[in-house]
Amino acid sequence: MAKLQSSFRNMFLSLTLICLTVAVLLAQVNKMTETPIAEAKAMKLQNAIREVVPAFDNDPVAASYRMPDGTGDSLLVYPAKKGEELVGFALNSYSDNGFGGKIQIMVGFDMEHHIVNYAVLQHGETPGLGSKMTEWFRDTNKPAQSVIGRNLSQGALAVSKDGGQVDAITASTITSRAFMEAVNRAYTAYSGSREDALSGATAAAEKKEQKTTNEGEENHE
Amino acid sequence: MNKQCKILLNGILKENPTFVLLLGMCPTLATTSSAINGMSMGLATMFVLICSNAVISLLKNVIPDMVRIPSFIVVIATFVTIIEMVMNAYVPALAESLGIFIPLIVVNCIVLGRAESFASKNGLLSSVFDGVGIGLGFTLALTLLGASRELLGTGKIFSLSVYPEQYGSLIFVLAPGAFIVLGYLIAIFNKLQRKKETISSN
Repeated sequence: MAKLQSSFRNMFLSLTLICLTVAVLLAQVNKMTETPIAEAKAMKLQNAIREVVPAFDNDPVAASYRMPDGTGDSLLVYPAKKGEELVGFALNSYSDNGFGGKIQIMVGFDMEHHIVNYAVLQHGETPGLGSKMTEWFRDTNKPAQSVIGRNLSQGALAVSKDGGQVDAITASTITSRAFMEAVNRAYTAYSGSREDALSGATAAAEKKEQKTTNEGEENHE
Repeated sequence: MNKQCKILLNGILKENPTFVLLLGMCPTLATTSSAINGMSMGLATMFVLICSNAVISLLKNVIPDMVRIPSFIVVIATFVTIIEMVMNAYVPALAESLGIFIPLIVVNCIVLGRAESFASKNGLLSSVFDGVGIGLGFTLALTLLGASRELLGTGKIFSLSVYPEQYGSLIFVLAPGAFIVLGYLIAIFNKLQRKKETISSN
């Protein structure tokens, strides 16, 4: 078959046909991969929440809501319940002051202001330096640098260079500061959520008003 | 069959896209911070190369010359989008670590270069073999580069520890290390090629 001439009609036809075929093909692939992609995303979120709060049996993603973080923005809060009792909150927090831009983390608190664990969701920090934050702040063998179990009701977290209590990542003070900022931001929203939940103000806590207010009164701020 | 073998080897050695042609340097330098990243990037590019070479060699007579570049790009972009969606669906962690470089395969000059200089002039079988050859050459080069950087930088290969991490030199994982390792690998590759040539000419 001889090569088609570059006439207007030929060019128009061949480009149109190619684009149409491609569109149909891509629509098919999109249809096939749509559900797995959504599942993979939901799975990632679920795993991050599971990692940072005490064991729970509700669906925190379905029960999530937004809570002001004290700086004019609001954070997504995932309440974790065991049976009917609140066991903790996971908060999707962030800082814009990382060395490589935005840092997004999931921080979990129990009901007594303690950090249970955290997971870094997204960051652009330098590999080998700032990127160590995914493990650095939860190395429970090194209490000076770990944030796990710290009680934030006694004051916000800060790195030791700034007069705080947490040892920063070696050679990555900016990353460490940004991380602290994200954790503190999460704590502000956590305090709000906790208070709401304990006083029965949120819809989620309304049903169990009786139980939670009784428990909450002793350690209410 | 001998001809196909020749095409295959041509892609891996004589016209190795990374070490000889020095094409596609952006993903080469950016994604090879570890062996597994380099290898997956190479395999993704190889998939696109084989598919686009095959389709373009089949369509070469119905695409008028004046619109061949847009047509090639549409075909290439289709396969890139397919592999991107498939990776997001089934290997989300890997897709995340390769990030923007998967969609950027569209503008990888190796892929368009092979479509233009080989697939649009040769038959289906030869074009597929050319895709496999160039793809393998690219994959091998990226894996080698990734493995060297990972070994020198963190003491690991494919995340398996070879020596303790603190003896590694971080610079090899960062951008300057990519240039340094690439330079040395090209030098070694040229040296070996030359030795082979002098032996065969004698």
